[in-house]
Amino acid sequence: MKLKTECQEANHICDKNQYNEASLIDKIKLSFHLIYCRACRKYSSRNGKLSKAIKNPSVETVSMSDKELMKQRLQEQLNQVNN
Amino acid sequence: MSTNQIDPTKWVDQYSDYLFNYTIARVNDRDMARDLISETFLAGLKSMKNFKGEATERTWLISILKRKIIDHYRKTNSKKGKAEVHINYKDDESEGDWLEERVADPFDKTAEDSIENEELGEAIFNCLGKLPEKQARIFKMKTIDDFDTEAICNEFDITPSNFWVIIHRARTAMASCMEKNWL
Repeated sequence: MKLKTECQEANHICDKNQYNEASLIDKIKLSFHLIYCRACRKYSSRNGKLSKAIKNPSVETVSMSDKELMKQRLQEQLNQVNN
Repeated sequence: MSTNQIDPTKWVDQYSDYLFNYTIARVNDRDMARDLISETFLAGLKSMKNFKGEATERTWLISILKRKIIDHYRKTNSKKGKAEVHINYKDDESEGDWLEERVADPFDKTAEDSIENEELGEAIFNCLGKLPEKQARIFKMKTIDDFDTEAICNEFDITPSNFWVIIHRARTAMASCMEKNWL
């Protein structure tokens, strides 16, 4: 197994890992890479913090159905204005 | 000629999440926030001809939303005044002798934390608004709405490696945008 990993690949694994989509081998490769690569360590920590911030429960989105409703109302109004 | 164009058909996709987080931080009621945003969009539509293109669309919508929120405050306050029971101390002696008044407010401690958390949502969608539109939509679908990679690839007709490049760019941009205050 090739253990030495390029930074580009390491970042790619790190991105995947944020969504729990990295395989075990990927994770081992990444942690090995992080031992000696300072730039990727920084990227990894920033990436992790970003994930954590977005998972914060106070970050809310409008549900898809509500968005559709809003769009409909807006469209109706738009049609009235145009007519 | 105006520098900023206006396009109401894109409002909901582009701004509703940002406006929602902005409103939630101030109104603290999801249903109310949703209604206020919906009203804001409609009001925006009606006064579209007043849009001079000096500000961006979003700034303009926020200024309408602010007025809606203030109206909402006024409404709730006028209701509150009627139901409120005012307690007046009858004489100086009994004043300040209530046990309840000595107890620390348990909500006070968390007040600051919750303010920070509420502003976080605004910051995220603010940064998201700075990304190119396609990048922002894909990032949002993947990260916030938890869609599968495959589903997103199908919808946008891109390959997985294409997808991960977009995600990578979005994450880098988001991280540097939020780094100053949040990361």
